[in-house]
Amino acid sequence: MNIVETGLSWWQVKPDVLWTDWLIYALLIVVAVFINHARQHEHLRAPWRLILRRRLAMSSCIILLAFATVGLLDSVHFRQAVEQRSDGTIRYGNESISLFDQIVLPLKKYTEKTYSAPFAVQLYSKENIEMDDGSMRRDYPRLKYGGAHLADKPSARYEDIKSRVITALWKAGVLIVAITIILALWRGAKRSQGLACSLRSMWLGHGDIPWKTIIATLAFIIILISLSLHLATVYHIFGTDKVGQDVFYLTLKSIRTGLVIGTLTTLVMLPFAIMLGIMAGYYRGWIDDVIQYIYTTLSSIPSVLLIVAAVLMIQVIIDNNPDVFSTLQQRADVKLLALCFILGITSWTGLCRLLRGESLKLREADYIQAAQSFGVSNLKIITRHILPNVMHIVLILVVIDFSGLVLAEAVLSYVGVGVDPSMISWGNMINGARLEMAREPIVWWSLMAAFVFMLMLVLTANLFADAVRDAFDPRLRNS
Amino acid sequence: MVWRIALFVSVLLLASCGDGNWNNPYPSADRLDNTFYSSFAKRPKHLDPARSYSSNEYQFIANIYTPPLQYHYLKRPYTLIPLAASGMPVVKYLDDAGKTLASDVDVKQIAFSEYTIKIRQGIQYQPHPAFAKDEAGNYRYHDLTDKQLEDVYTLADFEQTDSRELTADDYVYQIKRLAHPDLQSPILGIMSDYIVGLPELAKQLDAAYKKAKQASGTKKGIYLDLRGFDLAGVKAVDRYTYTIKIKGKYPQLIYWLNLPFFSPMPYEAIAFYAQAGLVEKNISLDWYPVGTGPYMLTVNNPNLQMVMERNPNYMDEYYPTEGEQGDAEAGLLVDAGKKIPFIDKINFSLEREGIPVWNKFLQGYYDASGISSDSFDQAINITTQGDAALTESMQEKGISLLTAVQTSSFYTGFNMKDPQLGGYSESARKLRRAIAIAVDYEEFISIFNNGRGVAAQGPLPPGLYGYRDGEQGINPYVYNWKNGRPQRKSLDEAKQLLKEAGYPNGLNPETGDKLVVNLDTADTGPDAKSRLDWWRKQFDKLNIELNIRSTDYNRFQDKMSNGSAQIFQWGWNADYPDPENFMFLLYGPNAKVGKNGENAANYDNPEFNKLFDVMKNMDNGPERLALIDKMVEVARQDSPWLWGFHPKAFSLQHSWYKNVKPNLMANNTLKYKRLDAALRAEKRQAWNKPVTWPLYTALLVFIIVVLPGVISYRRKEHGKGGKR
Amino acid sequence: MLTYILRRLMYAIPILIGVNLITFSLFFIVNTPDNIARMQLGVKNVTPAAIEKWKANHGYDKPLLFNKNNDGMAAFTDTIFYTKSVKLFVFDFGSSDEGRDISHDIQQRMWPSLAIAIPSLLVGLLVNITLAMLLAFFRGTYIDITGVIAGIFLISISALFYIIGGQYIMSKLWHLVPISGYSEGFSGFKFLILPVAIAIVGGVGSGTRWYRTIFLEEINKDYVRTARAKGLSEIGVLFRHVLKNAMIPILTGVVVIIPLLFMGSLLTESFFGIPGLGSYTIDAIHAQDFAIVRAMVFLGSVLYIIGLILTDISYTLVDPRIRLS
Repeated sequence: MNIVETGLSWWQVKPDVLWTDWLIYALLIVVAVFINHARQHEHLRAPWRLILRRRLAMSSCIILLAFATVGLLDSVHFRQAVEQRSDGTIRYGNESISLFDQIVLPLKKYTEKTYSAPFAVQLYSKENIEMDDGSMRRDYPRLKYGGAHLADKPSARYEDIKSRVITALWKAGVLIVAITIILALWRGAKRSQGLACSLRSMWLGHGDIPWKTIIATLAFIIILISLSLHLATVYHIFGTDKVGQDVFYLTLKSIRTGLVIGTLTTLVMLPFAIMLGIMAGYYRGWIDDVIQYIYTTLSSIPSVLLIVAAVLMIQVIIDNNPDVFSTLQQRADVKLLALCFILGITSWTGLCRLLRGESLKLREADYIQAAQSFGVSNLKIITRHILPNVMHIVLILVVIDFSGLVLAEAVLSYVGVGVDPSMISWGNMINGARLEMAREPIVWWSLMAAFVFMLMLVLTANLFADAVRDAFDPRLRNS
Repeated sequence: MVWRIALFVSVLLLASCGDGNWNNPYPSADRLDNTFYSSFAKRPKHLDPARSYSSNEYQFIANIYTPPLQYHYLKRPYTLIPLAASGMPVVKYLDDAGKTLASDVDVKQIAFSEYTIKIRQGIQYQPHPAFAKDEAGNYRYHDLTDKQLEDVYTLADFEQTDSRELTADDYVYQIKRLAHPDLQSPILGIMSDYIVGLPELAKQLDAAYKKAKQASGTKKGIYLDLRGFDLAGVKAVDRYTYTIKIKGKYPQLIYWLNLPFFSPMPYEAIAFYAQAGLVEKNISLDWYPVGTGPYMLTVNNPNLQMVMERNPNYMDEYYPTEGEQGDAEAGLLVDAGKKIPFIDKINFSLEREGIPVWNKFLQGYYDASGISSDSFDQAINITTQGDAALTESMQEKGISLLTAVQTSSFYTGFNMKDPQLGGYSESARKLRRAIAIAVDYEEFISIFNNGRGVAAQGPLPPGLYGYRDGEQGINPYVYNWKNGRPQRKSLDEAKQLLKEAGYPNGLNPETGDKLVVNLDTADTGPDAKSRLDWWRKQFDKLNIELNIRSTDYNRFQDKMSNGSAQIFQWGWNADYPDPENFMFLLYGPNAKVGKNGENAANYDNPEFNKLFDVMKNMDNGPERLALIDKMVEVARQDSPWLWGFHPKAFSLQHSWYKNVKPNLMANNTLKYKRLDAALRAEKRQAWNKPVTWPLYTALLVFIIVVLPGVISYRRKEHGKGGKR
Repeated sequence: MLTYILRRLMYAIPILIGVNLITFSLFFIVNTPDNIARMQLGVKNVTPAAIEKWKANHGYDKPLLFNKNNDGMAAFTDTIFYTKSVKLFVFDFGSSDEGRDISHDIQQRMWPSLAIAIPSLLVGLLVNITLAMLLAFFRGTYIDITGVIAGIFLISISALFYIIGGQYIMSKLWHLVPISGYSEGFSGFKFLILPVAIAIVGGVGSGTRWYRTIFLEEINKDYVRTARAKGLSEIGVLFRHVLKNAMIPILTGVVVIIPLLFMGSLLTESFFGIPGLGSYTIDAIHAQDFAIVRAMVFLGSVLYIIGLILTDISYTLVDPRIRLS
């Protein structure tokens, strides 16, 4: 990224929306509509309230939101103005960057030559360094950016880190206290309690909402952000990879890839699965036969092989139409989207089968039999009566599928049919780390960073999914 | 649960009490055997010497077959010496009328060259069922019945084997096989240009093959007895002599004579393998070679392992008595004059991933290893002089290191037919040269190859005739000579060139947009992402945007042959140590587009082509050297490639593995190697003591976790009982 | 019973036709016969004539679906689709693009896959059921909660980490087992320990969770309460009633995957260098040998359908109330 100093402001940008961006915006709208709808209906609000009362679910939810925020910021793409032409028009850069990139610009820009360990000030391996007099010395070269502020005293590193951590914790502490007070005031205002009283009941855990958990989770996130703000700007806190990119940056960028795979896959498959599943169960007869045939056929093909074939096909299509997808980024984006579609095709059959079974049961219910005898149109019965009654199954499956899809991305990248190799993703990081494991001394940080972040996302998603299932599946709630 | 873990542990102990090392991947009984252990990453596609043309296949068949010639193991520059031949081939030049010409005659007068090759007498084939005869003297297994085939799954299932003497006819037979339509020999194209009568034979065989196919109605097991077909240019003169007649003068032919393509092939084997019953069982020549070499393939399970054992019939061959300077000091002449091969058995195991190979080498389970870039730091220190040396931990283990610059090039080519980057105008040249300066191959080598390579100065790698070292060898368009070594020109110079080429600061003056160029690559390994990022960075230095189109190898080939690529990456490995083998990559009539040659850049400079035509048939000498210099200069000026780099091969071997010297041309070097199996067993034992405390700890932790549960359960049950 | 099985088998035929059509069209859009030929012929000196020859020899020179040069049935049978795909129905897999007989390869490579898959399944089942019983027994206590959360934790780790970590620690650091490899017979035992252990650890999270749910469902049923009220000890209840009745969903869940064990595991087999069907498939994908991939897709589909049928049958066997209709 060449940023030419031309007196142009950072806000002079041209939006450059990728295909997956559009779908993410669409997903946001769907979620917003859904939330709005749920707020107005008590029977929908109740299970959600149940979820939010569970401490583990609540804190998972907050962490997931933090992940989602990063992903969303990373989904706003634009091209920056590079220079102003003499006729007044503005030339925009060729690379589209995201709002997130803009926020963490130092991380993106500070690339070293090759591997360096977390918090290191030197490269990880010795190199020939040319001295001023032309002679060569073999030593660990100093990093260009990591710990550059220490100048000639790299030995001051521990002191520096210590003081930075203390500052970061101190600032985070202030912020946490402030947030706690604001939350307490807000809670108190609703119940006309005083601040002290509100704080006390929050601490004692009165009421339904687990305030203590919320604040603890928020504190956790705030401390992490504060630490990375103070440390990541001057050190590579997770080290650098083979070409010197900051691993922390790569890990954060991978969040969007993971989220896109986890969410868009279900978004694109949902309409088919719901429509076909309900139709099969409701109409029965030959429609049922055809739909059953389709999903049995699709699910009987080993899914990895189906994905391989489809991904290779997409690759061919992209290669044959180089004009449509002009930049590498667009191509990677289309491949990502295609991967979502393909994963969707292989994973919708399970949902479809469940919905068919449920609709079969529902259509025998008295109120639907009655509606039919009153001559209510089939479409209306489906949308008014059946669809709302199967939505909980859809929701449960969506949240359960999410984590599986994030994990699948990594495995597919290993097989070589995952996201584009140029796309930053956990799968690609792990794939690259396989070779690093054989290095000696071992380069562990890429693998570890991908492991920790992936685990955090998938674990919270799983915990959340567990709560959702308990809340929405009445059969299990009783047990 | 407890008993299960206990069982697990005890079984583990039982299974491995035979030897001290639990992680020994081989049977512990074999630990003192004179067996060499190595690995292979990809199962070989073809072991038929008429088809095989890749190094991973040659590591097997070069030890099984005996072409007439071979490279001297120790001497440098690489020298050809007789293997199965009794002496070097004798060449005779003929004119149109078939009259013999003097050896120093002008090339233009030479219509044909005739090579006469005499082979050694008394060489025997390896024992093989194809030679086995019954009491009546008929071939026992040449007319197999279904009943005979019932219990046959591998070649080893045939009880009887026999051998016979190698004759000149077998060599002639194999050359005829190059034209067989079913084999699609990769060198049929090039050999048709030289060997007299080969194209005609190919046509005849094609017709005969089609007829036989129609007559039999099946695809499998069509047998053409090549003895009934005539190859005009190749004749057996007597039992031990044959001649090869080629068009014009082609001194490179003798390099081909050391490749397995020119090995002997007994017709009995072909007749044997052609039986439909064997074809159905995947028993074919492509799978089970029949040779006269030092080793024979006894186990062929490319899903797991390939085992070669000493050929009991191998001819008398002796370890070379002389070598290069320094070889004696390096202990390479200790075995001089002894009968080879030394090693009894060679065990290749399949290893898909690089990590297990490296780790098993460190544990002593492989005897030698190349070093993947990623474990480099563990093994190698680069000394202050820039030389590689082993780290202390490696030296402690007694591991030794050998390095050699390979006779290959990894280059990045421009498609000369491309309107933007190609062409021979001054501005296009400048654009290419600007890029050549900006792409810092020294950095590439240091990051991605750990410094194992040298940046190329031209098309010729070191070790080939015509390669120039030092100041007079540098590419003056990219490098300056400074401090006694080549130094890349500054980026400012590149930017200046870019400006002169019409793209000031990388911008197209008409549109004001950044220059965008496309790189086509088939690079998709786990490391690809970082490599491709690096490439983008290089072009970014000139403010040129690099658009990377990575595809699978197939599609890449497609693009190359229809010429739609702009910049591409490719490599070339020398077939033989002659500059012609590299220069022809830039020869116009050999272009990829339209002519399907190997000139992937489609470089076509009339001057270069003219020089090449003269140079290729010349014998080495000052005259040829001058021509080569001129050609290199022309190519450097046009800069159709970023010359890239020549990789350096590093190999490590354990102290018990002797007589190792890198020989990049020869593939049949296993017969020279020697092992000290006792030393190996001892070291393996010492390096692989199992660490057992984690097992006991795990058991202990398990008990600590479970015990309270059991106690509390007891108490609960008891309590309940009490209430009742 | 027999007519039912027959009918189910008949039902499988159109599904297999569908599978065949899908895979055929996918793979032939991806790779034209020209591409396959070039892939197989290698790197150097590939001429168009050689490609044509290769295609003719391997039967790829025919039209894809319809041959207008022939009359009658031959117009359909003398095509790539007929010769390459339809023959799969009689399990004639033909030869790979490399020229090897695929059926023979599959028969050989099936055993290593099973050597990993069967112990993984059996030991895994044992471990999972034991742990799930423990959790069910201690339901509601801290052991249960910790167990459930630990299970979720284990699920959240990618299988790749288990393999990479396992190899690094067990083989490289502790020298307990060989890093990779395989051999037949009893001596192959040491090669199987690590892959099987990793398969078990990788599956213990989801398995335990699933069986625990089944047990809890069963524990809350009326007959269990009755049994408990009659004074049966908790252990007795668990083993005599809960486990017995929970076997139905457990068994049917296992039966459906048994046929697929043949297919092997892609990841484990290629990391450990085990010559099974999983690595066969991966190799074929990497080498773009689509004759093998097609055969494996077909085999996988057949096995899947067999699994479905077996499940149905096992339902009726364990629970006579379900009638086959």
